[in-house]
Amino acid sequence: MRPVAIAGIGQTRHAAKREDVSMPGLVREAALRALEDAGLDWDDIDAVVLGKAPDTFEGVMMPELYLADALGAAGKPILRVHTAGSVGGSTAVVAAQLVRAGVHDRVLTVAFEKQSESEAMWALSPRYPFLPPLLAGAGGYFAPLVRAYMQRSGAPDDVGLRVAVKDRRHALRNPYAHLRLPDITVEQVRASPMLWDPIRYLETCPSSDGACAMVLAAEPRGAPAWIHGAATRSEPAIFAGRDAVDPRAGRDCAAEVYRQAGIADPARELDVAEIYVPFSWFEPMWLENLGLAPTGEGWRPVLDGATELGGALPVNPSGGVLSSNPIGASGMLRFAEAAMQVRGQAGEHQVDGARRAMGHAYGGASQFFAMWIVGSDRP
Amino acid sequence: MRDVAVLSFAETPGGIRDADETEMLFEVIGAAIADSGLTRRQIGFTVSGSCDFVVGRPFSFVTALDAAGAWPPIAESHVEMDGAWALHEAWVHLQTGEVDAALIYAFGRSSLGPLRDVLTLQLDPYLVAPLRPDALAVARLQARALIDAGRAGEADFPGDDEPLAEDGAAAMVIAAGELAARGRAWIRGIDHRIEAQSLGARDLTRSPSTKQAAARAGAFARPVDHAELHTPFRHQGIILREALGLETAHTAAAPIMVAGLARVGHAARAILDGRAGRALAHATSGPCLQQNLVCVLEAA
Repeated sequence: MRPVAIAGIGQTRHAAKREDVSMPGLVREAALRALEDAGLDWDDIDAVVLGKAPDTFEGVMMPELYLADALGAAGKPILRVHTAGSVGGSTAVVAAQLVRAGVHDRVLTVAFEKQSESEAMWALSPRYPFLPPLLAGAGGYFAPLVRAYMQRSGAPDDVGLRVAVKDRRHALRNPYAHLRLPDITVEQVRASPMLWDPIRYLETCPSSDGACAMVLAAEPRGAPAWIHGAATRSEPAIFAGRDAVDPRAGRDCAAEVYRQAGIADPARELDVAEIYVPFSWFEPMWLENLGLAPTGEGWRPVLDGATELGGALPVNPSGGVLSSNPIGASGMLRFAEAAMQVRGQAGEHQVDGARRAMGHAYGGASQFFAMWIVGSDRP
Repeated sequence: MRDVAVLSFAETPGGIRDADETEMLFEVIGAAIADSGLTRRQIGFTVSGSCDFVVGRPFSFVTALDAAGAWPPIAESHVEMDGAWALHEAWVHLQTGEVDAALIYAFGRSSLGPLRDVLTLQLDPYLVAPLRPDALAVARLQARALIDAGRAGEADFPGDDEPLAEDGAAAMVIAAGELAARGRAWIRGIDHRIEAQSLGARDLTRSPSTKQAAARAGAFARPVDHAELHTPFRHQGIILREALGLETAHTAAAPIMVAGLARVGHAARAILDGRAGRALAHATSGPCLQQNLVCVLEAA
């Protein structure tokens, strides 16, 4: 199978309300930047793969139909992926398959969310027969998982506060980031309102309008990032004995991308990781799930400062989901930021000499996972 | 391209069902896997097609996963599209050579809401959808354009062409390489294309994206002896037959999100039953045939 490169990357400025652009304007802003970065034009693109989270977030049913025009897709194939919160990542994986399989040579992949068009809190609180309700948004579902992790690991209770501060400080180095909290402190996070115990307001991601785009290609110009491994894994939301704190689908997905990339010791071999952390405690939880820290000890590198820029394994130097959260695009932003790092184009949040990076996204009831490993070397 | 065979196909009977998505999928996924002769563990990729707005709640594909046997965890994906596009994604996955068999499923329960009003939400949300043209009004613009062009008469439109409220699910197993050793219905080409949506910018009496997809799928290389067209509205058969150069074709309108995948399933069955040697299947999405997929299948 032929190698696939990330030839171009673009993202929008992320904000609570991008009232200066329509939905077509938003996706086009990211797509044009990706095309420019790749040195390509609309005519060079063979197919478009669009991802976003539930259509109820904007109130447009299957918006790829309406957006086909804005994305230059007329006369081309366009595919629309939806795998809950992991969608930004899984969309990139689907787009990469099209190139890898030799079906297309250059694919534009785009993910977006324009949360200001409606109220995601409502859309994230569905009532399903025979299932517990999500309880006022995603935080209501994930708070008990965080509580379980705290109990299991015996982690000190300021771990989440420190992640919240670290990612917001990282965001100050990222010109596209939504939240800018220059004076944020651990005490300020601790004093912020408790939303879903134990998750506080400042330990929570914002609601953002934003988009991300990448051009994936078989024969890129310039210095691209190369995909060294890409995979998705899913498991059911609820069944007896399921470990939702440390889900097997996440462990299996990580094992598969490490296998593809030939990585034996990920904590040592990866230079940087962009991990989907919508609530601060998910950083230590995912470090364990991804095999980047021993089980029960994911909180140690957080307290040691190892996950800060300049640390042994910087996590979310872009500021992460905690600083910008256009939900459908949040996963693709992780994938794109990982690629920016190995291309050396991350500006002030660049990890010096990064050659291998992970992009990670998850969704649903911690049950859908998408990951990729990218590197500066052609595999 | 790697040769890919349709090993099996199963669908629920038509009509309104007193069953939820997962129950319907248990029936058809179980049947499709049993008929394929493969075990669940031999299936390396699973992908589904459905739409939240049809069921009226977000993440409708999450509970559907319960029917797919996703434990231990599986490599899986979902498109917010008709299952025919899920089939395309599965076919691409098999082309990488990394997996040899895939399960595709789709479901739609349009009895849960007023489909003709729900479909309005596919239109331009700033300028068109707020005017609330329902799906029937949009389809009749196309019908009127056909009459005005002299390609249909008033008699072609009996006036009861509502989008069908029908619940259903379908599942298919495809395979390549050794796992396709028993294959008798082969996908020779599959492609899909879209047009810009704006109803005022398109010639609604033609379907250039169908013609384009058919050409790329190799449909015009030789005549087919069986055709299955997805026609949410009856008059669309006139447009599609013209685009595909067909004299006659089998058509179906529903269930939404399933009908396209089911057309491929019926075309494969025509080959498996020995009724056809070369068959064409078509799926559509969006207002007035905006997006179209064509799949060409052959025996041996």
